[in-house]
Amino acid sequence: MAKGKKKKELDPNQAFAPSGYRTGGGIKNVPHNLLLDIKRNKVVYILLAVILAYFAIFNYAPMVGLLMAFEKFSPVKGIFGSKWVGLKNFKDFFEGPYVGRLIRNTIAIGVLDLVINFPAPIIFALILNEIHQKAFKKTIQTVSYMPYFISAVVACGLVVKFVEAGGPVSMMVAKLTGTESANLLNKKGNFWLIYVLQNMWQGLGYGSIIYLSALSSVDQELYEAAYVDGAGKWKQAINVTIPSIMPMIIMMLILRMGAIFSVGADKIILLYGPANYEFSDVINSYVYRMGIQETNYSLASAVGLFNSIIGTIMLLTTNAISKRVSGTSMF
Amino acid sequence: MERSYKYKTSPSRVIFLIFAVLLLVLIGLACLLPLWHVIMASVSDPTALNVSKGMILYPLKKADFHAYKLILQYQKLWRGYRNTIMYCALSCVITGVMTVIAGYVFSRNRFFFRNTFMLIISFTMLFNGGMIPTYMVIRKLHMLDTVWAIVVPGCLSVFNILIMRTSMQGISDALEEAARLDGANDFIIMFRIILPLCKATFAVVMLFTIVGQWNNFMSALLYLGHRKDLYPLQMELRAILYQSTKEITSASDVDTSSVYARAVEYAAIVVSTLPILVIYPFVQKYFVTGMTIGAVKA
Repeated sequence: MAKGKKKKELDPNQAFAPSGYRTGGGIKNVPHNLLLDIKRNKVVYILLAVILAYFAIFNYAPMVGLLMAFEKFSPVKGIFGSKWVGLKNFKDFFEGPYVGRLIRNTIAIGVLDLVINFPAPIIFALILNEIHQKAFKKTIQTVSYMPYFISAVVACGLVVKFVEAGGPVSMMVAKLTGTESANLLNKKGNFWLIYVLQNMWQGLGYGSIIYLSALSSVDQELYEAAYVDGAGKWKQAINVTIPSIMPMIIMMLILRMGAIFSVGADKIILLYGPANYEFSDVINSYVYRMGIQETNYSLASAVGLFNSIIGTIMLLTTNAISKRVSGTSMF
Repeated sequence: MERSYKYKTSPSRVIFLIFAVLLLVLIGLACLLPLWHVIMASVSDPTALNVSKGMILYPLKKADFHAYKLILQYQKLWRGYRNTIMYCALSCVITGVMTVIAGYVFSRNRFFFRNTFMLIISFTMLFNGGMIPTYMVIRKLHMLDTVWAIVVPGCLSVFNILIMRTSMQGISDALEEAARLDGANDFIIMFRIILPLCKATFAVVMLFTIVGQWNNFMSALLYLGHRKDLYPLQMELRAILYQSTKEITSASDVDTSSVYARAVEYAAIVVSTLPILVIYPFVQKYFVTGMTIGAVKA
């Protein structure tokens, strides 16, 4: 085999380019002699090793580290030296005092975020698509993308200032409901809505970008055909526009479903305070407090693992359902 | 655009358009007003600001820029600024080099296991170890409380690799072969031949990296517990803006009890946010491109 290869190498017009790289495709790409292949393309294999090492260290090693969810982990003894306790950490979590409110808040915020912030950019894009006055459309686009570039720290800081007693939003609500202006964050259940609206403020315009680009690539002839058939603007929107961007909508829905219960810790940490933990503490913020602040690593990783498994199941389920129902799927 | 003349504008369409424009204007105002409020509050008279309620649409009483003078003297914020700029620069270099290498490896070379390895990497999008195990890995690597904890984890993202690979796949092999005949090695091909042809995608990756690093406070919160001097801008802002964290940083350089406390908070927001908002309209089209290629790929 090696001999045959050498012969080929001498003839650059054949299966091998001068560099020793295989050209052509299909089964020809299978290295018959891996060692020779590595020798020829040494640099590329070294680079590949670097990339793989990165993912091994920063993505796969933490997966191995999840073992500590089943241990009484001590940093001194390490992952493989700590005492094995089975499902005790999970049991502790589910029998603990906070499990109810954590799961309730995570589901409430996740679902509310999906129900409000998933359709919002689509509707925004559809409305914007109907505006043909270019300068106006452009201005609205630029302005609406802007909040996305404000950092979470500043955005959440603004929210805190706006809803505290005497803040602009708090004053507005007070005027509308005829009550005294108070800190809205601490009122029962308000936290969920404020979190979701904050997300909307930052994500509405930015989220609409991909829908707008999908809308701009809809075949114009479809509209002409619909017009000839007597469809008005409204009918066109329902029968042409929405079906055209449906695959995109479904794709984004699958992605979001996977993330529905992984309500990020960062914004929650910025917005919440002990006064409203009852309604603001979610699984991820709890993992942060348990793990980093109270160094209860085992319990924190058990809770984190529980959350990621649910997330993965959600993603796979939505993907499977969508594959069956609409034929669109990620993989 | 051209087709619009064909329609006679029905009354229901006029009503729809009026509502649409109204709604869009409202959304635009909702995006802009909070920022305007911040700018106006930062130059308001401090005593008037402290008792004011509701939205501030113009400087209260007389415009007063003293808050900016105070914030200029606030060393920690500027140290945070320097750190953030350093993190952005380092991130750009590391992410740039690694992403180009990964894109090159997975796009150019025809070796057998390419797709298998890509799959292994893509799996990390589906499932990951989570906050605490990742923290333990960083700790084990002795990266805690160093600059590297901020810039190395997360420097390679599957998303970036995918868009880089897609754009590199579009470049003809002939170009690479020609360079190889001229004696170019892999690095020269990667950075001098292929990269210049993928400038737009590379710009998108860089832009996402910079914005990500500019806004990042979570890594510092997790990994820089004992090195306050390495805190990025966002962590210093957090200390200024949030009451709950203020008590912890009682040895603040700014006298928080002064009448200017509130104005200084607003001024801090302005000096830390304005740069990115000023640059943003010029790079907006790259974000739009980035979102679009990303979506096509997903």
